[in-house]
Amino acid sequence: MREYNNNTKSYIEDNITGIPFDDFKKGIIKALPIIIGYLPIAISFGIIAAQANIEIYQAVLMSLLVYAGASQFMAVNMILIGALGIEIVFATLILNFRHFIMSMSLMNRLEGIPLPWKSLLSFGITDETFAVAAIDESIEKASPYFILGLFIGAYGSWSLGTLLGGLLAMVIPPTISKSMSIALYAMFIALLVPAIRRQWRLGIIAVVSSLLNLVLSKWLSGGWGIVLSTMLGSSVGIFLMKEE
Amino acid sequence: MKILLIIVGMAFVTYIPRLIPVFIMDKLQLPSWGNKWLKSIPYAALGALIFPGVFAIEKDMPLLGLVGAIVAAALAYLKLHTIYVILGSIIAVMLMRMYLGI
Repeated sequence: MREYNNNTKSYIEDNITGIPFDDFKKGIIKALPIIIGYLPIAISFGIIAAQANIEIYQAVLMSLLVYAGASQFMAVNMILIGALGIEIVFATLILNFRHFIMSMSLMNRLEGIPLPWKSLLSFGITDETFAVAAIDESIEKASPYFILGLFIGAYGSWSLGTLLGGLLAMVIPPTISKSMSIALYAMFIALLVPAIRRQWRLGIIAVVSSLLNLVLSKWLSGGWGIVLSTMLGSSVGIFLMKEE
Repeated sequence: MKILLIIVGMAFVTYIPRLIPVFIMDKLQLPSWGNKWLKSIPYAALGALIFPGVFAIEKDMPLLGLVGAIVAAALAYLKLHTIYVILGSIIAVMLMRMYLGI
């Protein structure tokens, strides 16, 4: 017997079977919007890397080991203009530091999952996987196999897309994925709008944070702008969020 | 070789911030305001990720991102599945591009 709170839209609870492979499969299905969103971007990353004379295996390795889109594009750019390795690594740290905040938020809710599992899952945190996982109010009850499926779906799309882009680099001009640059934004909006419909308070948090980012991004690099606006914007939630 | 070293360095500084919270949150018992703060982060992050970035999908053409965002928001408001929201938004941007000839 499950009881539903009227305000709570829960996909995950409906989707947990307790059978690892089934949960994994359901996680992959849940990842579908990310898979669609990642592919064109990963392909263009592969193409741009190839055009910067980075070997295909190196581009794929970067996607497999770093797995953070914006920083990978930035690294290719910096390699092209001859930046020092240490500069690239430091810029990557700054740009990707937002995942620290996201990981804190998600890990705080995955209390039932053992530490080694969480250490593995934390590798898969990106803006998109975090958004999809954390927007679900019943992620606390999710099986680790479900989250693994969700994260591996996204990871596979990113890595295979990079390979595909590297292979297609000779055939296709980099403009191919232009109209798809909206895809991930559309996904973020698709996650946010139903949440706001449920609870208008959440919309206030999002609006405050985006306005902060509008101001901060004028002075700070993209990474810090998002980190600071997320931290400050979410602190509004301390006063707005209802008690458990 | 140099690029491989850069990749390893990048991998390291990207994974560590993702990993550390696993151990922090395992030990930490947060007060109620702390939980509320962390629970608000997804919505704040979405706000900051969408805006103003969505206006920059095409250089000097904020209108394109605006149209894509409005279409996405409208479709999401109609409770369409995320996949259709994405496809609808892509098609809207594609049509705008054709119309503007870019």
